[in-house]
Amino acid sequence: MTKQQANWSPYDNNGGTCVAIAGANYCVIAADTRMSTGYSILTRDYSKICKLADKSVMASSGFQADVRALQKVLAARHLIYQHQHNKQMSCPAMAQLLSNTLYYKRFFPYYAFNVLGGLDNEGKGCVFTYDAVGSYERVGYSSQGSGFTLIMPFLDNQLKSPSPLLLPAKDAVTPLSEPEAIDLVKTCFASATERDIYTGDKLEIVVLNADGIRSEYMELRKD
Amino acid sequence: MFRNQYDTDVTTWSPQGRLFQVEYAMEAVKQGSAAIGLRSKTHVVLASVNKAQSELSSHQKKIFKVDHHIGVAIAGLTADGRVLSRYMRSECINYSYTYESPLPVGRLVVQLADKAQVCTQRSWKRPYGVGLLVAGLDESGAHLYYNCPSGNYFEYQAFAIGSRSQAAKTYMERRFEGFVSSTREDLLKDALFALRETLQGEKLKSSICTVAVVGVGEEFHILDNETVQGLIDAFEIVGEETPAPEEAAPAADEPAAADQGAPADEGAAPMDI
Repeated sequence: MTKQQANWSPYDNNGGTCVAIAGANYCVIAADTRMSTGYSILTRDYSKICKLADKSVMASSGFQADVRALQKVLAARHLIYQHQHNKQMSCPAMAQLLSNTLYYKRFFPYYAFNVLGGLDNEGKGCVFTYDAVGSYERVGYSSQGSGFTLIMPFLDNQLKSPSPLLLPAKDAVTPLSEPEAIDLVKTCFASATERDIYTGDKLEIVVLNADGIRSEYMELRKD
Repeated sequence: MFRNQYDTDVTTWSPQGRLFQVEYAMEAVKQGSAAIGLRSKTHVVLASVNKAQSELSSHQKKIFKVDHHIGVAIAGLTADGRVLSRYMRSECINYSYTYESPLPVGRLVVQLADKAQVCTQRSWKRPYGVGLLVAGLDESGAHLYYNCPSGNYFEYQAFAIGSRSQAAKTYMERRFEGFVSSTREDLLKDALFALRETLQGEKLKSSICTVAVVGVGEEFHILDNETVQGLIDAFEIVGEETPAPEEAAPAADEPAAADQGAPADEGAAPMDI
């Protein structure tokens, strides 16, 4: 008597990759815009990035239906917060909220791999990285999604420590300037696109700094 | 004369077919400090008088933002008002979440009215003791509604509730036909004039009133003290009772007056004749 297997899964993986890098007074959040299922492409132009608050931007790869539901829940919770506190949520507060929201569905998780980027209360860049059930950590940089295994080691090599002589290797905000960080992100995606079939088409980059928030786009390989 | 016999429970009718508890609840609204609302085709303005319990305490919050496109001014038991505002905010958020579009104002007031009606038909509840002026903008235009403790609601071009509101209503009754085509600035002026009527001689200052606006392209927001003082100074400079819609002159005055309003020293305005 063999164990009964599910003949249907509530989840699907729409692929894609997300990256975020924190700087001294800026934060760069980027994700590709390809949405796939199996070996097919559903669309080349889907944004995985969501602005949750003035200083918090989330990029999520995984199952986009769950990602969209998660974004809506966080937006509604943020509105309640604003009504009660008369101000926007800070990025660390949003980070905790995201963690709690994910763990709330610990036994039927959001199939979403998130990276939250923004500016903390002092105006410094901050990046928080999550697993599907809400375990999170503040880091200087992170990537998630189908291309993360290709990108993460590269970022470790470039950003892990301000100096290779400084031990233990400290994962601090990068001393890179904003244009340098953006260039690094573009390089990451250009490389990941080469070998990861689920990453490509277009790159959306969101930059948060004291002047506000802006978006940039870059074409990626479409094969 | 028989009021005392039939007014113990909200669920007891009087022989004349009245529910006295509900009428007493409406009295509570009349005791609260004044709140007024007026609308044009594109904007709605809410204004309220903020009385503090004593010089040491802060003012009662009487105007609440419910959503980007809806705000409410209350008069009566402000605690009941706060609870109803929370309900309204929650309804707006849930509607937006499900339909990804803003809750139409007319729908919200019906839900609010139904909620109030429930309290008039349960022996273990009491009616809400607060009147709400709901101002909002949706696809069908600008709206101003008044919700009573009785569970009734009405749409208005302009309305006032609370103590001495009759003075404001009289002022607005003379002018309401012009409101539909008023500019935003004229609407604000009329609101402040109407509010002044309820003060019966007391000087109108931004410290005792709150003004909020919602309009096409303008999210619901409460104007800050400096802006309000600037508007007050602008029309006091004009002087007359009748705010003739002179857009060019007041519009030029307002930025200048706003600068002078900022050093919060109303008595020293050199233009006061």
